[in-house]
Amino acid sequence: MIRRLMFFVPVVALAVLAGLLWLGLGRDPEALPSTLIDRPLPAFELAPVRTGEDHGLATTDLTGRPMLLNVFASWCVGCRLEHPFLMELAGRGVVIQGLDWKDPPGAGAAWLAEHGDPYARVGDDPDGRTGIDLGVSGAPETFIVDARGRVRHRHVGPITPEVWETELRPILQRLEAEG
Amino acid sequence: MIAEIGHLALILAFLLALVQAAMGLSGGARRDSRLMAGARASALFQLLFVAMAFVALAICYLIPDFSVALVQQHSHSTQPWPYRLAATWGSHEGSLLLWVLILAIYGAAAALFGRRLRPTLVSRMLGVQALIAAAFLGFALFTSNPFLRLHPAPLDGAELNPLLQDPGLVLHPPLLYLGYVGFSAAFSLAAAALIEGRADMAFARWLRPWIIAAWSALTLGIALGSWWAYYELGWGGWWFWDPVENASLMPWLAGTALLHSAIVLEKRGALISWTLLLSILTFSLSLLGTFLVRSGVLTSVHAFAVDPARGTAILGFTVLATGAALALYGWRAPSMQTGAVFSPVSREAGLALNNLFLMAATATVFLGTFYPVFVEVLSQGQDRISVGPPYYAITFVPLVLPLLAIVAYGPMLNWKRDSLKAVTGRLKWPLLIAALALVVAIFTLGPSHVLQILGATLGVWLIAGSAWVLVRRWTAAGRDEIGWRIRKTPPAVWALCLAHAGLGMTALGIASVTALETETVATLTPGQSVDFAGRRMTLTGAEIVEGPNYRAERVILHATGPGVNREIISERRFYPVTGTWTTEAGIDLTPLGAYYVSVGERRGDGVVIRAWNHPMVGWIWWGGLVMAFGGALSLADRRLRLAAPAPRAPAKTAEAAP
Repeated sequence: MIRRLMFFVPVVALAVLAGLLWLGLGRDPEALPSTLIDRPLPAFELAPVRTGEDHGLATTDLTGRPMLLNVFASWCVGCRLEHPFLMELAGRGVVIQGLDWKDPPGAGAAWLAEHGDPYARVGDDPDGRTGIDLGVSGAPETFIVDARGRVRHRHVGPITPEVWETELRPILQRLEAEG
Repeated sequence: MIAEIGHLALILAFLLALVQAAMGLSGGARRDSRLMAGARASALFQLLFVAMAFVALAICYLIPDFSVALVQQHSHSTQPWPYRLAATWGSHEGSLLLWVLILAIYGAAAALFGRRLRPTLVSRMLGVQALIAAAFLGFALFTSNPFLRLHPAPLDGAELNPLLQDPGLVLHPPLLYLGYVGFSAAFSLAAAALIEGRADMAFARWLRPWIIAAWSALTLGIALGSWWAYYELGWGGWWFWDPVENASLMPWLAGTALLHSAIVLEKRGALISWTLLLSILTFSLSLLGTFLVRSGVLTSVHAFAVDPARGTAILGFTVLATGAALALYGWRAPSMQTGAVFSPVSREAGLALNNLFLMAATATVFLGTFYPVFVEVLSQGQDRISVGPPYYAITFVPLVLPLLAIVAYGPMLNWKRDSLKAVTGRLKWPLLIAALALVVAIFTLGPSHVLQILGATLGVWLIAGSAWVLVRRWTAAGRDEIGWRIRKTPPAVWALCLAHAGLGMTALGIASVTALETETVATLTPGQSVDFAGRRMTLTGAEIVEGPNYRAERVILHATGPGVNREIISERRFYPVTGTWTTEAGIDLTPLGAYYVSVGERRGDGVVIRAWNHPMVGWIWWGGLVMAFGGALSLADRRLRLAAPAPRAPAKTAEAAP
């Protein structure tokens, strides 16, 4: 009898799996809410990525006006996709701070040299420690931080012109209007 | 008009699938030959109508008819026609139509080639196949109709994602689907056998061609996808452990296990219930892959538009199909067991061990792919993790290495009973060659790359072991018979040797490139040069080139070095319609390796150049090609054709290896 029941193990396993995946469907991976929303950024002070600088990126750099905090890495495909658009945004005057996430030494600098550097400041997070504090789930990820240094929005995945127009720009404009 | 014809054909195909399911299943149950003939006929007509719908959509793209919403979204008048055609399957709706088309092709093939098999088994198989078809046709019609019109018709369309406008991507989805969807035939056949409560050696013999056809196509599709990623994404990576890549790797691993367990069933009548279970699981993993790509449950470079509603529908169907089949399995399989006992050292034991490793590897990939979802659901959204290449390096790789070690043993083992000492003796020469390779690998790859040294050694071991199978066979009866024996080598033996050697080639390529790759970044102005990996690259030209629907910054480099004197051209293309950039890497690919150049930003008069040296990287894909060719060759074997009836059987080979 027990032997016969063993043959039903696959069905039971499937039921459990299906339940988990069904729950997983309810979440939208492109718009993960951040546990940090409306809270101040965790404190960090990161080493520079660019050669010849002595200051990388610190929490204090993310105040004064609304801006983007973009988490990128040289090994990440999505970052490669969004990078030209970030360059364009920087050209339009959007302030973007960069967090180089889990990159081997020198890789971030080489990436910026090759593809251009859209960032106001860039900090190096080689072991992903700051990424953990920020709740980063993968690169690329972009946070909108308001003038008082609070996280207001989180976007997971590459920024495309469409994402920018429909999702990020309206929020940034609203924050700028708030002053 | 054409779109409406396509829509109508799709509706007819859906209705026919329902009819076919009813006729096939009840005809099998009642042994009613008229119903069974009806199921066969409707399988053929279903193919006709699905093909009509597909061709109709393709024509809408080729015209291009922008009043069709789908065409408008994925096609632009300046896009070259091959890419307009490829856009047919470049969207969710269109690729679903391709999915259904391939399902119908396999269904029709079963109806055509199944005449000599137990008619009730074929009839039930067609019935199950039609249930799957009906579900997907219904899904297409009710949630993803590709033929919706726009009023008023716009003047021009949006564009297909420029990354997808590439020759490799024209072929990649059809091949992948031929594989994925092809496993539906094994699924339907296993379900039919479970309904009948009978799975004998004749069943296994008929099961194998379906598995091999699907497996070969999937192998080719994966290899092509990897090659595309390598040259199109522009940073020299060839595998990313992206969820969608994993979605194709899992059915491949399970399908490889199935391929081997079906051999045991055919030759020894053992592993019946295991083979049936694998047939179900392999197709379920394919369905799960479809779910992954279309539901947005995981982010991926491949993902179609995220739509939880569609995800729910596909998940529902996946669970229903898999659940029904597994319940049937739980009910029927216990009475289909055979008491066949394996001796621990025998070919069947070797094949069982291969299954064990392959399924464990499948499980690690499965866990790595879905773990982030599980963690998040179980912690109610508090915890999020990402699983990356380091996970696979410590779980997947250690499982694959011992598998590679035993693969060369398999064909040398005798059925029923053998001894380790005897088989090692038979493998004396390959062992010696592998030992030599080990020494060479330690010196060339550097002693710190332990996994890569093992991988390269095992790659050589596999190639030598596979060649040795042939050599032993040819020389077994003395010198006079060699010529005759070479000519008489059955395709199945060639297939086995090629497939195993191909795997060895891939292992060798992966080991070499991961141990030895080097890269450099340089800013060059015209006339300047940089020395890298034993070559001197001189920037001879930088120009702007107008393409049909893009503008490219083209960079021409002249590479010179020992035995090398050629131009490498790399481009950065801007597609104004979508406002995106793509990189066309310049690649000098030789058997020894690839010299890979991608062009970056302009800086002043100079251009940023990034170059990689990838030793033996080509072997990764050539190995896949050889594996797939081996699979296609085994379809030509007479022993398999005896089960599938003689007329028109060769056509199946052509279908499997386009």
